[in-house]
Amino acid sequence: MAGLITRRARRQRVFRWTVLTVLGVFFALPMVAMVEFSTRNDETWPLLLDWSQLSATYPELSTGIIASLGQAALTALLMLALLVPTAIWVRLRLPRLRPIVEFLCLLPLTIPAIVLVVGLAPVYAWVNYFVGGSSLTLVFAYTILVLPYAYRAIDTGLSAIDVRTLSEAARSLGAGWLTVIWRVVLPNIRSAVLSAAFLTVALVLGEFTIASLLHRTNLQVAIEFLGKSSATMSVAVSLAALLLAFVLLLALSLFGDRRQSSPSGERRQSSLFGRRRQSSKESS
Amino acid sequence: MAEIVADAPQRVARRPRLRGAALLGAVPFFAYVTIFLVVPTLVVLIGAFTGDGGHGFTLENVRALGDEYIVAAFGRSITLSAVSALIGAVLGAILAYALVTANPRGVLRRTVTALAGVLAQFGGVTLAFAFLATIGLSGFLTLWLTEHGFDPYANGVWLFELPGLTLVYTYFQIPLMVIVFLPALDGIRPQWREATESLGGTTWQYWTRVAGPLLAPAFLGSALLLFANAFSAYATAAALVSQGSPIVPLQIRGALTSEVVLGQANLGKAMALGMVIVVAVVMALYSLLQRRTARWLG
Repeated sequence: MAGLITRRARRQRVFRWTVLTVLGVFFALPMVAMVEFSTRNDETWPLLLDWSQLSATYPELSTGIIASLGQAALTALLMLALLVPTAIWVRLRLPRLRPIVEFLCLLPLTIPAIVLVVGLAPVYAWVNYFVGGSSLTLVFAYTILVLPYAYRAIDTGLSAIDVRTLSEAARSLGAGWLTVIWRVVLPNIRSAVLSAAFLTVALVLGEFTIASLLHRTNLQVAIEFLGKSSATMSVAVSLAALLLAFVLLLALSLFGDRRQSSPSGERRQSSLFGRRRQSSKESS
Repeated sequence: MAEIVADAPQRVARRPRLRGAALLGAVPFFAYVTIFLVVPTLVVLIGAFTGDGGHGFTLENVRALGDEYIVAAFGRSITLSAVSALIGAVLGAILAYALVTANPRGVLRRTVTALAGVLAQFGGVTLAFAFLATIGLSGFLTLWLTEHGFDPYANGVWLFELPGLTLVYTYFQIPLMVIVFLPALDGIRPQWREATESLGGTTWQYWTRVAGPLLAPAFLGSALLLFANAFSAYATAAALVSQGSPIVPLQIRGALTSEVVLGQANLGKAMALGMVIVVAVVMALYSLLQRRTARWLG
């Protein structure tokens, strides 16, 4: 039996490293190729790092970068302003609406972005009429696009704490609803809010479909446009954008890991509220 | 103190009115979602059945879905999604199994899972350009292969057609499979294998009679998710394919951008409705299989 287990472990190790090597090459190759491709011309990377020269040479690109950064920041803000109070409020006061809110938040997952664009076109005719055609108006559509991911992050955060007890405690001490949301619940779901914001930024920086079909600009639209005139530069910008998204999302997953691997904090919380939750179940 | 006591009975009396006030708190969210999600969905649904003048119910657009070129586009979309989902599911499942055999808290598994999470989101223009730099006409790999006496494009350039799209889609399908399939693999208990062995079963029997049937619903469900993922993808194909509209999302682009052509706008809505129906059917099957998976591997 011991021999069998050792032999199986060895066989699994060989299998594991074979699979990882083969697929590793497949996944690394495009990255390596991008590095090689973008360094064929010596001037590409220095130009990319020199903002004033870059915006003089490729004005569309610098406009796109600025537009994307603005969209990412505003989408994160609008998403938080819309979702966090609603999620808390629905949990506390309108539990019957929770399935509807959840359904609406997850709905964009089953509607492909290209389909959403078809429906958004007439809505954006009105947006153009009232707010104008700025590329920042894409924030409205992007907030819908990130809803499923942001909602799941925030909902997980809210499930981990006992919102009801916290708010009852705060209310009994004389806090108003705004204070409850802003100073009691929000600090307790800080990491969930942060990960929702991270995901939002990463998704917005990678968005192309809606921007391109509603005739507005952002980073991806600019890269695509650039690809038609300067292949080297477009690959270099792609690589830079990709690295940025990598750093963002890796930071997010490592951050999430740290939260999971510190069970002491969560255990303390659950034991603090565990009994309370039971007693409230009995009374209701 | 006196204030609180005076407050208490009032609050009970105010209850019914407070419910209305509570509803007010949810108004901003519902108003926003109505304008930017519900209305667009209704625009697609209603537009698909509306004539070109904007008035009257018609089945003309839906009937136009039967046109040869649209049927062909749906066929190609489904083929592309199915093939890339199948390749992604098989390779992703193998990679996930390789990860399961490693130390669950080890650096290897954590790194690969984190990378898979990032790569599954990687799509669109940047992915298309990454592959242009790799196997485009002057790409890194193309040049290297040609130097060594092998021309990948000897029989024509396939990167901008379905085979190329399938290859590029695989790049985000495999990591997605790893993420969605790993929990099911983790649900397999070592005791089941030990039980098979103590009853005299071989490795082959374990995989075909025990682990296989247990994992089958999870595998199929994950493959369906991959299918939906590839089916709704637009940006990668849009950046890669500049001539013609082989797949449905690109056909919709054509209908959207050439609104001067009479009758194209609402045909686009009908195609969009077709996409939604395909995705909805696939997702419904997925949630059915998910429920079945949860019975053993939850």
